[in-house]
Amino acid sequence: MKNIKFLVIGVFFGIIMTKSEAISWYRIYEMFKFQSFHMYGIIGSAVAISMIFMYFFKNGAIKDYLGNKINVKDKKKGFIRTLVGGTIFGLGWALAGACPAPIFVLIGHSIFPIIIVLLGAMLGAFIYGLLSKKLPN
Amino acid sequence: MDIILQPWPWYISGPLIAFVLFLFFYFGKSFGVSTNLETMCTIAGAGKVSDYFKKDWKERDWSLVFLLGLIIGGFIAINYLSATTNIDLSSKTVQELADLGFTNAGTSFVPNEIFSIENMFTLKGFSILSIAGILIGFGTRYAGGCTSGHAITGLSSLQLPSLVAVIGFFIGGLVMTWVLFPLIFG
Repeated sequence: MKNIKFLVIGVFFGIIMTKSEAISWYRIYEMFKFQSFHMYGIIGSAVAISMIFMYFFKNGAIKDYLGNKINVKDKKKGFIRTLVGGTIFGLGWALAGACPAPIFVLIGHSIFPIIIVLLGAMLGAFIYGLLSKKLPN
Repeated sequence: MDIILQPWPWYISGPLIAFVLFLFFYFGKSFGVSTNLETMCTIAGAGKVSDYFKKDWKERDWSLVFLLGLIIGGFIAINYLSATTNIDLSSKTVQELADLGFTNAGTSFVPNEIFSIENMFTLKGFSILSIAGILIGFGTRYAGGCTSGHAITGLSSLQLPSLVAVIGFFIGGLVMTWVLFPLIFG
């Protein structure tokens, strides 16, 4: 039952993703063609407001629900892995018009072919797991 | 109510996404979606094949609950909170897509040319969907995050790897839309 709050956050985020149109394949195409400000406005303002939150997390003004300081984990370092991995993801993001969260939101839209994308993404993560020790970082 | 039923402008949606990030950290977690793909592999039994997936998925059950919420949220939003499914695309986008063979661009969230049930059972249609998925799954895990983990969380906490990852997202996205789309759909 302690997880119910994450169900509520998920519902909220699913609604935002739909109403913002960020889960639309067309919006992703338009973004990569630089034909509209819409997606840049969404991501840019999300990052800008998040920066303010991060500032208050770091200086301790905002604590978590238990009163502990909020620590933001460092991302894994490695130039090749982030650039090459990012580029591979970018190819898939543009082709499917969806990143991982929107895949699930689109299932809620009854767009069932997106389940093929989801199964493919699980397969991709599986392939990464198999190769992870052999890939350059 | 009509304000809710219409599409939301970016300056409402973007800050709300930041608020979702806040909620994750407030409840002691971090904001990121693509790690779940690994968790789902673990549940599907991938630990039998590779030690990489030998993890206790129950430690991440909260995140799977979040995914379930996404599905429910999408269902509620499209069925009860949307007066229209028209996407107000730029006219240039609509014209370009028509030239690529996408008719009626922007009258639904996703194009029928890729996401219709009939298309899913053709070799080309199935290949596009599954290859896109594999690229997403492999790429996000190799890069260590997707749009939520790198672009939103990583950039806002001023992490250099995330900037590199986002540059990669754009290299891949630009190559796909500018170079590969005319070959795939043209």
